[in-house]
Amino acid sequence: MAGAKSYPEDLKYHPEHDWARIEGDEAVLGITWWAQDALGELVHFEAPAVGGSVVKDEAYGEVESVKAVSDVVAPLSGEILEVNDKAVEEPESINDDPYGEGWLIRIRLSDPSEVDTLLDVEAYQAVVAEQ
Amino acid sequence: MSDEALRRTPLYDRHVALGARMVPFAGWEMPVQYDGVIPEHLAVRRDRGVFDVSHMGQIHVEGPAQAELLQGLLSNDLSRLADGEAQYTLLTNARGGIVDDLIAYRLGPFHTLLVVNAGNREAAFAWLKEREIRGSEVRDASDEYALLAVQGPTAIAALGLAEAPAFTHAMGEVGGVEVMVCRTGYTGEAGVELMCAAEDAVELWDAIVGNGTTPAGLGARDTLRLEVCYPLHGNDITADTDAISAGLGWVCALDKDFTGADVLRAVKADGPERKLAAFVMDEKAVPRHGMPVVGGGEVTSGTHSPMLDCGIGMGYVPAAAAAPGSELVIDVRGRPKRAHVVKKPIYVKEES
Repeated sequence: MAGAKSYPEDLKYHPEHDWARIEGDEAVLGITWWAQDALGELVHFEAPAVGGSVVKDEAYGEVESVKAVSDVVAPLSGEILEVNDKAVEEPESINDDPYGEGWLIRIRLSDPSEVDTLLDVEAYQAVVAEQ
Repeated sequence: MSDEALRRTPLYDRHVALGARMVPFAGWEMPVQYDGVIPEHLAVRRDRGVFDVSHMGQIHVEGPAQAELLQGLLSNDLSRLADGEAQYTLLTNARGGIVDDLIAYRLGPFHTLLVVNAGNREAAFAWLKEREIRGSEVRDASDEYALLAVQGPTAIAALGLAEAPAFTHAMGEVGGVEVMVCRTGYTGEAGVELMCAAEDAVELWDAIVGNGTTPAGLGARDTLRLEVCYPLHGNDITADTDAISAGLGWVCALDKDFTGADVLRAVKADGPERKLAAFVMDEKAVPRHGMPVVGGGEVTSGTHSPMLDCGIGMGYVPAAAAAPGSELVIDVRGRPKRAHVVKKPIYVKEES
């Protein structure tokens, strides 16, 4: 079942309930605990192709539960270096561990200055509190 | 519809206390899930679950002419029922469309109880009431009753009930509450639906949940019924779809006269142009209501099957494409995804 509610402090957040872990000029992306909880048990991650690109604020994939489907929005722009096969093969790992085993894609940032536009954990939790 | 207008069953507080996610459904505020659709689904397939379906409607039809009235309005042959028996049947319109699908319980020669869908309660009641004949009286008694479905292989034993044939009913007692025990359900599992006075609902629910039955919400109810291809009115069958195309000819007694029977006879004689087919996805994707079938047709119900761990659905497709094994392509938000038609039901329980 889903892991406990958490919003790690070392991540950057997008108000559409996506997170980014910045690693030099790369970033790992995923959806937040709130997003997976709102959707329920995930059964499908429609992943983009490696080598393609993502654009900040635009959808790059879909996550789908038994009852609902949602776009996954890119918090940052860049080239897709890697897709998490585990999230594709075992989408429940996104529920179990949204910031760890349930990460979605890794990108090379095309514009690192975009990072400054993202929310820190306090600002994101304020967004969640209004939902 | 605004939240203020949503109705609540007598068990609303119990659902909230259990942490259920409450959603609007057919004008009611209902639990869609407690711990999760998949665990609730598996509980019903492997053990047992209890569903609050008190939002469904109960319509009494009484009087010396009640059978004559209903024989003319319902598709199935009510005269085949003895007291204590029930049948699945359709309330049809003049175009052969389906006003509602329902279960008719024969309580006596002059008394039938109809259990109708929550979303069609008013429509079904109005349809029947307007057509009352001398010697028949139609009464909407929905608010007087609560209805709990207890479903799964351990359900009957856990309730302390004896086995009985499907589509029968009798009065009984569960947890100290007087109930009408109906051998019916919407999951494809053994089990019962228990009807009690609305004021006894909490006592009955507590007794059932207290003996280890998993509370299950509308989410699991939908995945369970779709795995066994029970149609959902409003999705798979509507006032604009006919019973023959939907594969429900077996509940249409075309040798008697009822509303729309002539249309249904013609569809049967000519062969339906399209049929409600069940299908399984061959690619990772979840089909949904309203998605187009490439080459003609439309998905009417779709979900992820917890038992098969893949996308499943039903939809109307051209008759030539409706045979088991036929390959389909579903347009999943612009992406073509392969599927194939299967024989109903989609999920068949393994003999244990």
